[in-house]
Amino acid sequence: MKKTILALPYVVWMAIFIIVPLLLVVGYAFTTRTGGFTLDNFSTMLEYTPIFTRSFGLAFTATVICLVIAYPLAYILSQREISHQSLYITLLMLPMWMNFLLRTYAWMSILENKGFINRFLDLIGLPTVTLINTPFAIVLGMVYNYLPFMVLPIYTVMIKIDKRLIEAAQDLGANSATVFRRVLFPLSLPGVLSGITMVFVPGVSTFVISNLLGGGKNMMVGDLIEKQFIGAAYNPYLGSAIALVMMVLIFICMWIVDRFTDDSSQGVIM
Amino acid sequence: MSQNELIRLTDVVKSYNDETVLKSINLYIKDGEFVTLLGPSGCGKTTTLRLIGGFEEPDSGDILFEGKRMNEVPPYKRNINTVFQRYALFPHYNTYDNIAFGLRIKKTPEDEIKKKVGSMLELVNLEGFERRSVSSLSGGQQQRVAIARALVNEPKVLLLDEPLGALDLKLRKEMQVELKRIHDQLEMTFIYVTHDQEEALTMSDTVVVMNRGEILQVGTPVDIYNEPKSAFVADFIGESNIIDGIMLRDREVSFAGKTFECVDSGFGENTPVDVVIRPEDLKLRPVGEGMIDGVVESVVFKGVHYEMMVRAAEFTFMVQSTLYREVGAEVSLRLTPDDIHIMHKS
Repeated sequence: MKKTILALPYVVWMAIFIIVPLLLVVGYAFTTRTGGFTLDNFSTMLEYTPIFTRSFGLAFTATVICLVIAYPLAYILSQREISHQSLYITLLMLPMWMNFLLRTYAWMSILENKGFINRFLDLIGLPTVTLINTPFAIVLGMVYNYLPFMVLPIYTVMIKIDKRLIEAAQDLGANSATVFRRVLFPLSLPGVLSGITMVFVPGVSTFVISNLLGGGKNMMVGDLIEKQFIGAAYNPYLGSAIALVMMVLIFICMWIVDRFTDDSSQGVIM
Repeated sequence: MSQNELIRLTDVVKSYNDETVLKSINLYIKDGEFVTLLGPSGCGKTTTLRLIGGFEEPDSGDILFEGKRMNEVPPYKRNINTVFQRYALFPHYNTYDNIAFGLRIKKTPEDEIKKKVGSMLELVNLEGFERRSVSSLSGGQQQRVAIARALVNEPKVLLLDEPLGALDLKLRKEMQVELKRIHDQLEMTFIYVTHDQEEALTMSDTVVVMNRGEILQVGTPVDIYNEPKSAFVADFIGESNIIDGIMLRDREVSFAGKTFECVDSGFGENTPVDVVIRPEDLKLRPVGEGMIDGVVESVVFKGVHYEMMVRAAEFTFMVQSTLYREVGAEVSLRLTPDDIHIMHKS
């Protein structure tokens, strides 16, 4: 009885800040401006298919790049002496303590047509390149901002892997490559899974990075939703519908990733 | 080199961060032997095992396997398998896949793997557990899986690093018998590390007693128990009374204020020595009928026998006897020349 009472504040919190807003979003998504029921909001959305495709494509690319960088990095970190590890982790986290907007503005001034890179290219006599307002810039911004979110969960899982399991595998005839394939990698998959979630989900719904580094022509779903709530196009009904569809799509993506890791952790991928 | 010698360690030295854990170890192990490395924690027994397994390289000295130098050969190229302390089973594989791990690496055909894993499960009495996840198994079952996982590869040598340490007493006794049976059945060389002297005496053909990175004595369990070469070995293998004494001349020793006949010689005259007497060798007699008179200070019931502390002269002797004497009772202790073991002062 007492335990139930202790859970009450959390239940109230969940109701007010999670359940009610979710119901509001669902309600708005099926409502017309005059208050009647409609599915129009969803059919209108088909016009924006390219924006959805771009969002998922760019977030996917950024996630893959993050994984490729973060996995070896996390492995190397986990092999360092314990006393040095916290220093490296602090160095990795350090940029995150700087304001997110400031960091993204900094990238703007680096990538701009008259920014650091192009001025440098100009200086050594090479032709300048267009970097700002390209999908490349958006992916770069995502990788830069979200990389620690990929490194940390993988690193956390890796330091917890029992070193004796690696010795046991060696003892049973596994060379380094086999140890990695059959022991280290399968055991680090939970970290990879949370890393993917923590990069892909904010990546697919970002609007600041695409806004600042991608310009108007590289709009992502986040920007689209933002426009429905703030600005001339004000249409919270369509905005809610888009948000709802995004939620479902992200949920499906995560479910696929989850299935994939489940299978391999049972030894199907050999 | 003897005909059936399998492993030889010559002048092996190993240190970690300036701390020497092995000081010039010399040891040879015969093919098919059950050898136990016995000693207190930190004596270097596990390090010796890890050197044989290939998880460490010696700083100097050689490790020979069938006469060939093995120092730098990595573990996966050695025909040796290990049962690790607390098992180190792969949590992402079930029982079957854990045991099949080594065979799959060797690209053994699946139908052959199935046969071999099946017979291993039978050997360790785990038929029907193939699909069980290893985390759902009890400690004793996990232990059996670890043994099967190592044995299925048919190694020349099986290394066991305190494999029974995490089990309760009853299970430990059962597994001791089980391991001995498996050893006899497979005629494989077992190298077993433990700090439990009883385990060492129960299972081994040869016991290697180690302390502070040195080998103190190598011998059969009976030799080690009956003829310990030093007070440390005597004390570590079973309970012992260790008393300061003076070797007066060959076969004559003085301690506890009396002179006794003994069987040892070659210590010189009037040499200070350690006198070692097993508590079960001291016989209780009525006052006047024994050699050392004393008073019982405490009695503890131990199941088969009583353990009594007897204050006599300036020493307190531990006596194990099936006879009960109450605290304060006056007794006399009797012993024969065979019961007195003389050790050099260490």
